Amino acid sequence: MTALSALIRRDIRIALRVGGGALIGVLFFLTVVVLMPFAVGPDLALLSRLGPAILWLGALLASLLTLDRLFMADHDDGSLDLITMSRTPLELACAAKALAHWIASGLPLIVATPVLGLLLNLDMVATGAVALTLLAGTPALTFTGMIGAALAVTLHRGGLLMAVLVLPLSIPVLIFGVAASQAVIVGPMTFGAPFSILCALSLVSLVIGPFAAAASLRHGLD
Amino acid sequence: MTLIDLANPTRFLALTARLLPWLAGATVILLALGLYQASLAPDDYQQGATVKIMFIHVPNAWLSMFVWGVMSIASLGTLVWRHPLADVAAKAAAPIGAAFTFLALLTGSLWGRPMWGTYWEWDARLTSVLILFLMYLGLMALWRAVDDPSRAARAAAVLTLVGAINLPIIKFSVDWWNTLHQPASVMRMGGSTLDKSFLIPLLVMAIAFTLLFLTLHLAAMRNEILRRRVRSLQMMQASRVAFSSEVGTGSRQENASKEVGAA
Repeated sequence: MTALSALIRRDIRIALRVGGGALIGVLFFLTVVVLMPFAVGPDLALLSRLGPAILWLGALLASLLTLDRLFMADHDDGSLDLITMSRTPLELACAAKALAHWIASGLPLIVATPVLGLLLNLDMVATGAVALTLLAGTPALTFTGMIGAALAVTLHRGGLLMAVLVLPLSIPVLIFGVAASQAVIVGPMTFGAPFSILCALSLVSLVIGPFAAAASLRHGLD
Repeated sequence: MTLIDLANPTRFLALTARLLPWLAGATVILLALGLYQASLAPDDYQQGATVKIMFIHVPNAWLSMFVWGVMSIASLGTLVWRHPLADVAAKAAAPIGAAFTFLALLTGSLWGRPMWGTYWEWDARLTSVLILFLMYLGLMALWRAVDDPSRAARAAAVLTLVGAINLPIIKFSVDWWNTLHQPASVMRMGGSTLDKSFLIPLLVMAIAFTLLFLTLHLAAMRNEILRRRVRSLQMMQASRVAFSSEVGTGSRQENASKEVGAA
């Protein structure tokens, strides 16, 4: 247990310090959201209608951008081999690394959401709904993305390929995340149904992600 | 003859060489029979003659999922039993499955234009099949990104098994989300709702397309095995050239270990 918490603390510390790149994700998120009014026009009514979709797309792309750091840096400096060989089960180590990654790069996205919601003319309730769905949905993005990151680390030029492999898996999360937050703003639908599916997706990926990532690391690194 | 005997590629090649002509012949006969029956099938009272696209569209759609299922089983064979032919089977199936999926999307969109008034609609069934198509393409890209086939096989196997989650979503998408695509009518609880004049040609076509897949798959597997043999022959040739050119003792050992890695 101490090994895992040490791993989590180490990963968070590396990510938050200079060159760690966790906050680059937030900057990228901000850039995507700022670009949108230039693309669709500065119509505030339209922007508040599209707001949840824009925020979700931005968060999805930002979390994808930071994913390749999940294993790549450890692979480059050799510590991934130590993690693979240690007595701690690799599945648990993968889960710990993903958790640290989510704390360091997923949580800042959620914290940034209310500010970005202001830019998109979202009211308080809608912003809260988007932040809540992001809180429930971004773990799924991290834990499914981890599978792609583990596959990519065993390839030589896997970065771009990872995006192609991971994006189809993240479509359900996007659908239900946007559906739940749209339900608050316009929808005749209730918030509860898509939101609980979103939570279910996160829980399923919490189970499948570490096993698939550990399997591909174990098979790929030998 | 058991599954273990097939693990020997030479025996597999010999068996498929005998099997393939029969499979190809059966495919041609059944395809001809199915197309003939389909041409005799009556026009639908609502859809007219366009209903005949169904006889191409439905088998393609069924195979797009069936091929991923075959690849998932082969991936289990790669990861669990280390069956040497399993990764060959998985690799050979991916392009064929992608082709079936593309044809299903294409015929579906041609059918959708007169029926629904649009080539494309973002409904659950269409979108999930499109995702399946994207996953086939990503998987093929993954196969090409790794030089060593056995390492590529294991990476692709993990991805295939994760992607298999999409299959039940596609199958039940028409029941879970009530959108434009019609609900299941052939394989459902309480029997098919399709009339016999449509059902029989459709089943014949489905069997014909499945045989077509088996034929193409076995042929592609043969090609893949031969391609790997050529590859390892080239590797051996390359290391032999390296042996003769540099007779130094240090590099000799290095080359020997490379050759073992290649085999």
